[in-house]
Amino acid sequence: MSRSSTRFDVKKVNSELVTLTYGALVAQMIKDMDNVDDVSKQLERLGYNMGIRLIEDFLAKTGTGRCLDLKDTADKIQSAFKMYLGIQPNVTNWSPSGDEFSFILDSNPLTELVELPDDIKTLKYCNVICGAIRGALEMVQLDVQSWIIQDQLKGDQNTEIRVKFIRRLEDAMPAGED
Amino acid sequence: MSTNLTLKSYVKGVKVKINIPQKHLYFKMSLSGRNRSSILDKPLSKGKGEVSLSCFALLFSEVVQYCQNKSQTVPELQNRLHDLGKRIGVKLIDLYFVRERAGKREIKLLNILLFVKSTLWKALFGKEADKLEHSNDDENTYYLMEKEPIVNRFISVPRDKSSLNCAVLIAGIVEAVLTGTGFPAKVTAHWHKGTTYMVKFEEAVVARDKNLEER
Repeated sequence: MSRSSTRFDVKKVNSELVTLTYGALVAQMIKDMDNVDDVSKQLERLGYNMGIRLIEDFLAKTGTGRCLDLKDTADKIQSAFKMYLGIQPNVTNWSPSGDEFSFILDSNPLTELVELPDDIKTLKYCNVICGAIRGALEMVQLDVQSWIIQDQLKGDQNTEIRVKFIRRLEDAMPAGED
Repeated sequence: MSTNLTLKSYVKGVKVKINIPQKHLYFKMSLSGRNRSSILDKPLSKGKGEVSLSCFALLFSEVVQYCQNKSQTVPELQNRLHDLGKRIGVKLIDLYFVRERAGKREIKLLNILLFVKSTLWKALFGKEADKLEHSNDDENTYYLMEKEPIVNRFISVPRDKSSLNCAVLIAGIVEAVLTGTGFPAKVTAHWHKGTTYMVKFEEAVVARDKNLEER
């Protein structure tokens, strides 16, 4: 497989395959763990693991350079949403100091066909996205926090994901490398 | 928002008053400002949505890692993946029969196998499964073959776990679909000409199918 041929083609799969695979995993996790909050946490971890690898894919496919400011970063994440989930969320609700913003998702392939039963209403089903954002940005030296403010699965009009800039990470050599 | 709807209706010339509490008026709920309508009020999507393969591959890798962390041995890992596949499969039955077949189920063995090979595979993976074969030695056994299942594309199996085939997830899907539509079977995944799913029906299924043919 030559590098050039695989460079730009973004292959697609049916979104229901992803929806159902994710759904099955979440259902299994809920069965394995008693505590719903633990599941939410685990989902965030899972997203984090995906994010630290997705960023590489993203950089390789788009050939994008460094971001100048957080607005730039937000736009890049927005295009990543388009590329990976096929949705285009709005970037809004900037905090006055410009270090916090939200993505508003009016549809979300992860939650198609999904309904949360009443006894696990506290589950943060989409935490995987928050995790992916955190993981991806950490790999480009941005420490952020990400959490869900509104959730369609809980009856809100949209799903809103908040991102807060914490600090820039210093370049550190990975252990064992010179 | 606690008004009840009162209907006046005439049954055999006698006036009947019917009181319907607000909570049963789901159409009213979906019209109200807050989006409290249940999932069943929404139209069924066409299923044409797409997400990137990288996204699925990474998600599946997390799925496998999760299952691996929970299990000690390769068969245990395979069982977990198989179970996850079954969870997916039962949900696909209604989804695909309603969407692709207007709610009509299959009653013949061959037809349900063709449904799996063509309709299900196409909807889920974008192409038909490569081959469907009937075993020469055992009439209860069929083989579905696929050169490169999408779940295996980015997986390199470590040498000490060479028997592991992550396509057992798909075997689980197929098993749930067949069993759930009235054709109880065991489906397993094997490394043979790519990946081969071995579908072993219960004897009663084949016997019933023969009965059906004789009629």
